[in-house]
Amino acid sequence: MMANAESFTSRTIHYLMKNKLAVTGGILVLLVFVLSILAPWIAPYNPAAIDIKNILVGPSFSHILGTDDLGRDVFSRMLWGGRISLEVGFVAVGIATVIGVILGAIAGYYGGWVDSIIMRAVDIMLSIPTIFLVLAVIAILEPSIINIMIVIGLTGWMEPARLIRAEFISLKEREFVIAAHALGAMDVRIILKHILPNGLSPILVSATMGIGGAILVESALSFLGLGVQPPTPSWGSLLSSGKDNIEIAWWLSAFPGLAILVTVLGYNLLGEGIRDALDPRQQE
Amino acid sequence: MSIKGVQGLQPQAGLEMHLMPFPRQGTFSTGKSLWHYTQGFGQKRHLMFVYIVKRTLLMIPILLGITVLSFGVMRLAPGGPAEAQMEFSAKASAEARERLRKLYGADQPFYKQYATWLKKFMTLDFGEAFADGRKVKDKIIERLPITLTINILSLGLVLLIAIPIGIMSATRQYSLLDRFTTIFVFIGFSTPSFWLALLLIYLLGVQWGVVPISGIHSLDVTGLTVWGRVMDEANHLVLPVFVSAVGGLAGFSRYMRNNMLEVMRQDYIRTARAKGLPERTVIYKHALRNALMPVITILGLSLPGIIGGSVIMETVFGIPGMGQLLYQAVFSRDYNVAMGILVPAAFLTLLGNFFADIAYAFTDPRVRLK
Repeated sequence: MMANAESFTSRTIHYLMKNKLAVTGGILVLLVFVLSILAPWIAPYNPAAIDIKNILVGPSFSHILGTDDLGRDVFSRMLWGGRISLEVGFVAVGIATVIGVILGAIAGYYGGWVDSIIMRAVDIMLSIPTIFLVLAVIAILEPSIINIMIVIGLTGWMEPARLIRAEFISLKEREFVIAAHALGAMDVRIILKHILPNGLSPILVSATMGIGGAILVESALSFLGLGVQPPTPSWGSLLSSGKDNIEIAWWLSAFPGLAILVTVLGYNLLGEGIRDALDPRQQE
Repeated sequence: MSIKGVQGLQPQAGLEMHLMPFPRQGTFSTGKSLWHYTQGFGQKRHLMFVYIVKRTLLMIPILLGITVLSFGVMRLAPGGPAEAQMEFSAKASAEARERLRKLYGADQPFYKQYATWLKKFMTLDFGEAFADGRKVKDKIIERLPITLTINILSLGLVLLIAIPIGIMSATRQYSLLDRFTTIFVFIGFSTPSFWLALLLIYLLGVQWGVVPISGIHSLDVTGLTVWGRVMDEANHLVLPVFVSAVGGLAGFSRYMRNNMLEVMRQDYIRTARAKGLPERTVIYKHALRNALMPVITILGLSLPGIIGGSVIMETVFGIPGMGQLLYQAVFSRDYNVAMGILVPAAFLTLLGNFFADIAYAFTDPRVRLK
């Protein structure tokens, strides 16, 4: 079959492109990304510009999505809030993935009591519902962007750890590993150079969907007032003022939430698409 | 058969390495359960017992770990009771501080403090709340019923709707229904629940006045009869329960669908069909039972969520439940209350995981052999 003539990567990308939902997700992700990067240039107003004469003005020509309770332009705040959300999402998932990969690799490769200890740690962490854990930690550290990133990262490493561990357990017995071992390669080298590159594909899925999840958690925290602090704009805190003014300013609730929805949806669709594209059943 | 995307204790991850040729539930065309199969095999029932004992013993170190962790975190955190009270009085002398510290036992070595705290905790004495000095236990008990009501109703709604939808999606894969529910599920996954709540509050509450928008009682409740009050409360609960359910619905129906699909690919389903059994029997008697197994796991894992998982919903709707209590405690650094909720919640999670594992082991014998 001609399919074998292409590489695994190009075949996977090919399957990905054929998946309409995944492509939609990808477009959404790209859109949000671009808009956030270009925020300093496309935002019509300074997101922190307070304008008391225009408090809680509805969508109009001068303010496309209206203003908030301090007269700040909602559209500009949303653009800048997007930067924050994406930042938190990427860094938090980055932290979680790095921790998870390291622990999972060690657990999977060495097995034995090291594996048991790490898996017990995973169980303990998973014992506690995420919201509780996050709330508890934020209670102790003050809410700030860095702390949120750390907290979300620290509560999300379990899934990558499990995935990598499973991959390592199955890849450990393969011939190329035995060969490398026989040639006298050090453990670290075997892990990093031989096993890890082959086992990373489930992490791609986990990370993509993790970004969506991290954005949801960050916006929930900001909504509760325990996340990004004012005046830094965040979609969650915009929704919080939306809640306080729900009867008179529907736009403050509608649009930021829509932004969250679209962004997270994009990442979820993309992630699921990657998962399907990587599925070994694609060989049929 | 793996449980994809489920957070929680997976019964012995990696058990694929230990496959033994025991038949699984559903292989028997008579449809009898595995329990009947084990009747004549004392050995297997013994295995089951051993498994339960093993799991119980394993729970203990985890529990201890959680208590030590919580306690350590609490003591290390800034803003303990003595400091909080003294912050407002700069004139507090050194002796006064010492006295306060002695009062709270903060001068004892760590392990003694831990032991005292643990002893009190075991007897459900969570101490007093910093905010108003009332016993934490009382505050929790008065709020528990409301949260339980909302969460149980919500869970029930999810199960009621998601299971049939999942089955229908799986049996009619790629049909219009399947595609539609897939899209709905993805949107549901990605929607922030508090946003949906606000949207519905606005549309149904503010614009059309169909449903009240906050609290659990209307202001003029005293004049109503008992039935009137019940209806009033139910009215207030509609939106929170519904919004909570939507979140779980999406994930659960997807999960159900994926499991059904995986089960239906199995050989024994093909055998059942080849034997000429009506499709209905194939689906409901054989496929469903295997696909339903993870449902038990999910139920076990939902246990802690039932207690306090509705933090956001309660905040948005102004419902005086456990979630709101936890949120306020966190905000005001009321550690006694916070720990009084978190540690039992962690314990319940363990319990839920434990039951889910036992149920899973009961139906899938491979698990017990690890």
